[in-house]
Amino acid sequence: MKQKSDVVIVGGGVNGCSLAYNLAKHDIDVIVVEKKYLSSGATGTCGAGIRQQWSTMENAQLAFKSVKIFEKLSKELGEDIEFRQGGYLIVVHDKKDMKQAEKNLEMQRSLGIKVDILNSKQINDVVSILDVKGMNAIGATFCPTDGHANPFKTTFAYANAARRYGAEIYTHTTVLDIKLNKNKIIDVKTDKGIIKTNTVVNAAGVWSKEVSSMVGIKLPNKPFRKEIMVTERMKPSFEAMVISFKDGIYFSQQQEGQIVGGIPIPEEKGGFKTLPTFSFIQHMSRTLTRYAPVLKHVNMLRHWTGFYDVTPDSRPILGESTKINGFIECNGFSGHGFMLSPMVSKILCDYIAEGKISEILQDLSLERFKDKKIEHEMNVVG
Amino acid sequence: MKKNKAIVCRCEDITEEDVINAIDEGYVDLEELRKKLRIGMGPCQGRVCIQLVTKILEGETGKKVPKKSQPTSRPPIVPVSLGTLASDGK
Repeated sequence: MKQKSDVVIVGGGVNGCSLAYNLAKHDIDVIVVEKKYLSSGATGTCGAGIRQQWSTMENAQLAFKSVKIFEKLSKELGEDIEFRQGGYLIVVHDKKDMKQAEKNLEMQRSLGIKVDILNSKQINDVVSILDVKGMNAIGATFCPTDGHANPFKTTFAYANAARRYGAEIYTHTTVLDIKLNKNKIIDVKTDKGIIKTNTVVNAAGVWSKEVSSMVGIKLPNKPFRKEIMVTERMKPSFEAMVISFKDGIYFSQQQEGQIVGGIPIPEEKGGFKTLPTFSFIQHMSRTLTRYAPVLKHVNMLRHWTGFYDVTPDSRPILGESTKINGFIECNGFSGHGFMLSPMVSKILCDYIAEGKISEILQDLSLERFKDKKIEHEMNVVG
Repeated sequence: MKKNKAIVCRCEDITEEDVINAIDEGYVDLEELRKKLRIGMGPCQGRVCIQLVTKILEGETGKKVPKKSQPTSRPPIVPVSLGTLASDGK
């Protein structure tokens, strides 16, 4: 193990690995420490969707710019990350939904995101297997440049590219403590040795709270168990991700033909729970076959759980602490860390390498929770 | 160069050679190997492939794969149709 590094990143998910790649490319000495294996947390259990249709400007902006990077990422990293743009179809159920959708659309369009409103008849032009009546739809919004990518392959491709630029990645290595001298970082103690550094990035997902507490910073993040399932493969019949904020459901068909999707269970109260529930199986199968009755003949293969690292406003926490110099948060993604990772890591790299503070970084700092008027992200599913 | 075309994972058509190539690329963790090749994620849920891949990995790296790093079994264990799962049992 190397004993010194400019930057130590805690967490080998997609955000940790993409930041390591960006930093190493800037000739910055960087180490990633991961307690299990790469993509073992939220990244490896997520729904793989990439969406720009958000209600808050920061999320929409980060997603829009991330899509621009995703479009060229396979080429940039030299490995296929299976990025595909089949669009996101967001079901609108009533007039109140439509009002929020129109409001979001105006903001999204002002950023340059191409989004359309579909009437109930146009829904089947995008996804033919949907039962418009069964899902109680009066319309939908559709953004054709939304899509998905393979989270494992994206993380591995970032990690491999980071290594080529000189980054070191230590898996099955646990951070035990971070030593301070007043408000400066001295070193990071792991179960495999000590690394001298002045800069630590906390990209530990639901374990971020634990990492922050090592330097005396309290994060408001809470872990929420989320469940998701995959069916057997069938003939490709639709390309869009279908989601509904009212029913909480999301599902899409992957390139190989399997349908991947999730839904929240009403009794879920949060916490570090990892067992899948029978309640999910019932909710998911009932809602999914209501949305697309033809799927009742398709077999569910596997059902697993992952975590959302949820903040009070469902927006990530990014940037350097005002208390501890060189301690940088990169967590609280609240269920959309994968899709935002290309731009998030670029912004944090610009900050670490060149000291650039962007507006987004200020808006998403931990400090915002002191202000009682936080703006809540409305467009969360799963 | 090793050229063994024996099928290790029938759900995903993965050969012994595919597994060895991935190990050579640096995927020496059973879980990372699984996520790279999709082994254990098909209808058999790893009942056919995981034992074989574990053996190949141990042979290539010379290290024992700990029991606890075996992938988690996921319900419903055997494929069940969404229609059956959605029914109320009446």
